Amino acid sequence: MNDIKSDLVGNTALIRFAVLALVFVLGLDLAARAQDPLDIKIGYLRRARHQETISLVQMPPPDNGLAGAQMAVKDSDTTGRFINQRYSLIDLHLKPGDDPATAVGQLARQGILLIVADLPADDLLKAADAGKEQRILFFNVAAIDDRLRQKDCRVNVIHTAPSRAMLADGLAQYLVWKKWTRWFLVVGSHENDKLFAAALARASKRFGAKIVQEREFKDTGGARRTDSGVVQIQQQMPVFTQEAPSYDVLMVADESEVFANNLPYRTWDPRPVAGSAGLVPTSWDASNSLWGGIQMQDRFTAQFKRLMTALDMQAWTAVRMIGEAASRQNSADPKAVLDFLKGPQLALGAFKGQKLTLRDWDLQLRQPILLTDGRTIVSVSPQPGFLHQFSELDTLGYDRPETQCKLQ
Amino acid sequence: MHLFWMLPTNKRRAGLMTFGIIISLVGPARAFTAYVSNEKSNTVSVVDTEKMETIKTIKVGQRPRGIELTKDDKYCLVAVGDDDTIQVIDTKRGEVIANLPSGPDPELFILSPNGSLLYVANENDNTVTIIDMEKRVRLGEVQVGVEPEGMGISPDGKILVNTSETTNMAHFIDTDTRKIVANVLVDSRPRFAAFKSDGAELWVSSEVGGTVSIIDPINRQVVKKINFGIPGLRSEAIQPVGINITKDGKTGFVALGPANRVAVIDAVTHEVKKYLLVGQRVWHMSFTPDEKYLLTTNGLSNDVSVIDVASLKVIKSIQVGELPWGVTVTKQ
Repeated sequence: MNDIKSDLVGNTALIRFAVLALVFVLGLDLAARAQDPLDIKIGYLRRARHQETISLVQMPPPDNGLAGAQMAVKDSDTTGRFINQRYSLIDLHLKPGDDPATAVGQLARQGILLIVADLPADDLLKAADAGKEQRILFFNVAAIDDRLRQKDCRVNVIHTAPSRAMLADGLAQYLVWKKWTRWFLVVGSHENDKLFAAALARASKRFGAKIVQEREFKDTGGARRTDSGVVQIQQQMPVFTQEAPSYDVLMVADESEVFANNLPYRTWDPRPVAGSAGLVPTSWDASNSLWGGIQMQDRFTAQFKRLMTALDMQAWTAVRMIGEAASRQNSADPKAVLDFLKGPQLALGAFKGQKLTLRDWDLQLRQPILLTDGRTIVSVSPQPGFLHQFSELDTLGYDRPETQCKLQ
Repeated sequence: MHLFWMLPTNKRRAGLMTFGIIISLVGPARAFTAYVSNEKSNTVSVVDTEKMETIKTIKVGQRPRGIELTKDDKYCLVAVGDDDTIQVIDTKRGEVIANLPSGPDPELFILSPNGSLLYVANENDNTVTIIDMEKRVRLGEVQVGVEPEGMGISPDGKILVNTSETTNMAHFIDTDTRKIVANVLVDSRPRFAAFKSDGAELWVSSEVGGTVSIIDPINRQVVKKINFGIPGLRSEAIQPVGINITKDGKTGFVALGPANRVAVIDAVTHEVKKYLLVGQRVWHMSFTPDEKYLLTTNGLSNDVSVIDVASLKVIKSIQVGELPWGVTVTKQ
């Protein structure tokens, strides 16, 4: 009995000592932290994708997207140097079969609560749901699926990638402005091709164009490029596009890169091509030098020795959004970041000629859509005359009254 | 005989001089010469401010933007970003006579108050380059934020302010030590910095943020933000760029870019008093030295608007080259 008591007394003394020591150490730690920079760790979660393209010059580089995020980390770090913040990027590459939810856990254990997600839609949803409890904030930089902004929207997923509907609307507004309103629609046989075709059909109804005919181009497999393929293509494409009703522009939906880029200059009728080839809607193109864009292109090319893609831009924008929120609030807490980005203070400069803000109903970044033929920027939508009571950028994609998104 | 002739000669002379000054104050506007950089034409338009017309066009290098006269009006400096230099135009001869070692992609620059040093923002290089104007050599550089652009200097020449567009800061640089002494966070894409003539306030415009930050140069803190609201215009179209403040510190003018308007601001209370409709995409501005007129460059309508400062009315548009960007007016 006595033994136990003396043990207790001894323990109490020990505990007292331990508490004092802890207080002392914590005090030291706090004092040190006053000078320590605020560490802002950002994850870059991506899944290996092998995308074959018809054009050799459009093959995605291995660091597609990641490079944009890296540049934004460098840009934000320059600001950080002046305000005692330090930005870093942790790249996590999923292999085939890897579960995105496990990867999110792995990042969370390293204290990473802000994640740039370069993932397909289903992977993104798995990751977002796995991170929900820890309030991890995701930036969707790659998936253009409208369902991620509609019924599958998530309260912890911000979209810097434009949606399919925004891309289709941006293109449609220009063609309607141009009075090329009779569309001959050619659709690939894959699911994403059909989704893009549906977005184009929706856009035609919204802005007053007419689809005079729709045809499917079946993917029968085979190589995108072959040594003498051009001979066959020259025979095949005119025949495929003949006997269409009168039309102004051939609209092609082929996200899978099976045939669209074989259409320009090979249609039966001499008509321009738009959509997945010809005049293409995008968030960014290496030819864009508008609104100070040249500085962005120069900086990117100097650092990575290649041209900047749309995915690079979408990733750059995501990290810069984090940088904006963190530099203005001196906090990288995901809730604080999200609240700032959703709020009226956000006025992101992203070389688009105007401030970019978030739609608070689905967390989609409002942005102009560039229309490019791959050599120059032909136009930028929204087009003159497409008016809106709040922001003309909301004429692109699903507007507040149309939304099916319930953020929770 | 008139009383005037009964005065001693020296007094008569003084009287005549006073009379002469009065004539010049109430008489027709004095003729000054304005130089306008045309970003797309690769030219500088020379404008007579009395005739209010372009009297000469000077060929310069690629993509002329920032433009300023030397303090003696002998030279007009123009940054030709795509040629990575600042060209020196001899104003008498009306032609380019020299290139300055400005560093890559110069856009805006500012002379020290005594005119001996030139500070240049190098957009692609995150630096500010310092040039000795007499020897026309590079003296050094200062590392700043991403995409340096706006340049302002305190009236005593001791503090240089550079704004960096992607870092969203106004960097205060001590011109003696050439070190950054303070960084003030402002709204998105700060484009231009201007001190009041007494140095009591620094104004910084944020193009994307849509505001002008009023900074106290002593405490180096934003003390007020000017917001702009124009009925019928969406907020994205309001993009403040150029700033000019009258010497008495009472009135400020802010060019609002694609809003096609210049905001007139009570520079004491910082309230917006009026919006003046000018040409399309109004960018930079310059007063005539008597502050009778303010000239604005309107990029998309290829003209210069003349604002009558006293009546706050736009009285004339002058055709210049394509995409006019900057403007500077002679002191004599």
